[in-house]
Parts: sequence; structure tokens; C-alpha cells
Amino acid sequence: MITNLELVPGKRISKHLGLVQGSTVRSKHVGRDIMAGLKNIFGGELKGYTELLQDAREEAIARMTEQASSIGANAVLNVRFSTSSITSGAAELFAYGSAVVME
Amino acid sequence: MFDIITFLTLLALGYGFGQWFERRHYRSIRKREQAFKDLLIIQTRIIPSPFSSDHETFLVNGNVVISVDYFKRFVAGLRNLVGGRVTPYETLIDRARREAILRMKEEAKASGAEVILNVKYEMCSIYKGRRNNIGSVEALAYGTAFLRKKTAPEETDPGYLKPTAR
Repeated sequence: MITNLELVPGKRISKHLGLVQGSTVRSKHVGRDIMAGLKNIFGGELKGYTELLQDAREEAIARMTEQASSIGANAVLNVRFSTSSITSGAAELFAYGSAVVME
Repeated sequence: MFDIITFLTLLALGYGFGQWFERRHYRSIRKREQAFKDLLIIQTRIIPSPFSSDHETFLVNGNVVISVDYFKRFVAGLRNLVGGRVTPYETLIDRARREAILRMKEEAKASGAEVILNVKYEMCSIYKGRRNNIGSVEALAYGTAFLRKKTAPEETDPGYLKPTAR
């Protein structure tokens, strides 16, 4: 279970296992870049980027979940997301949370 | 000479399409905000008592990347000289945030959630053009959706439980 609450109602935390994290760095391909260039003139939503970032975020969550289950947790609490653009062509997506064992 | 013509064309195109996109987007945002009015977002650290048990929780998120148009960027560039409110970017960010919330609500609604708790925003400029002008921003909204466990069908259809008077 993954949640961004600090406490889950009706569940008791039996053990804290520390911070878990997952990150991924993605860049877009040239076709999307050209579209983005055009959209920078006309304005509007960049659907390609929206999807790309959503996929990347899911990947980051998956990595975080993997790490959590490898240390024996069954839930991640207080999940936060963070995005940073490293260069103009790539973005890093980062998800982190607190791994716990819940009954 | 050619440069000036290109520049003016881009400015006109940016103004025309940008305004059109923005007006259309705001119309759709207002319409959907009305439609999702009943799905509450509660922003407290303590979980309200009606949701304290017999509920499933899951993470929902919504994101959107919106680009600024050429005209707005030019106006913002001018504004940088004198300082003050940069209204073109204000509407851009407002649109992005509201759209992200709406997408999160759509996702929550699709799985039948009753309420969303502890929503957080995240904002990031992902495309920096030449001269480091901000080209587009990403808005992300995420929270925990609460879903009532499907164990009480008598609330929705009490008909078959009523005793038949004879």
C-alpha cells in the first residue's frame, strides 16, 4: 500500500524500516521536442510531455515499491514526489517515503 | 526587415492562438470544476472521523504540462524590465494547477472515491528555451483517496431486507 498520509486509519504500524526511494531520469525524443517548439509559439498543453512525465513517475513509484518490498515492508507512508530538470533535455523524477510493516 | 516580419507574425500567431486556447481551457476547467464539486478535498493532518475505519486508501495523482505562447513570453520579457505583476505567467500557472487537481479528481472519481485527503502540489519548469526563458511548466497534484469498502449493500438497496407484512 502506498499513501501520502502519515497514519492510516484502522491500521497499526508494527515496525518502521526507514526511508525508501525511487528515481528515474528521462529525456524526450526529437519528435516531441519539435512539437514542444511549436507549442511554445502557440501555447497550450504538451500532451507528449504530460504522458512522459506520468510514465516516469509511475516508474519511480515502482522502483520505490520494489525497494520497500525487498526490505520486507508492506506499506509506504507519507510519499512525496519531487521533480527537477537537470539539463534542458532531461528531467529527474523522484519519489520517496517511509517504509513500514503494517498489520 | 525579414526578421521583423517573422517576429511580428510569431507575435500575432502567439496572441491569437494563445488567447483562444486559454479561453477554451478556462471554459472547460470551470465546467469540470462544477461537475466534480461534490468530491471533497480535505487538507487536514488528522483524518476526519467518518473516514477512520472501513475504508480503503490509495494514491491518486494528476499532472499536466502547459506551454506559454510567444506573445505572453514577449510581454513577460518586457515586464522584466520594469518589474511588477507578471499576469501572463499567473494565468498559466493557475491553469496548470487547476487542471492537475481536476485530473486527480477524475482518477479518484473513476475508482469511486468519496474524499481526497492531504493533497500536495508540485511545480516544475521543464522546458527552458533560449536565454533561459521559461517555456512550459508542469503541475502535479497528488493525494490519498478514500474509498468505502464494499461490504454494506443494504444501504444502497434495502428493499429485500424489509420484512413483508402479512
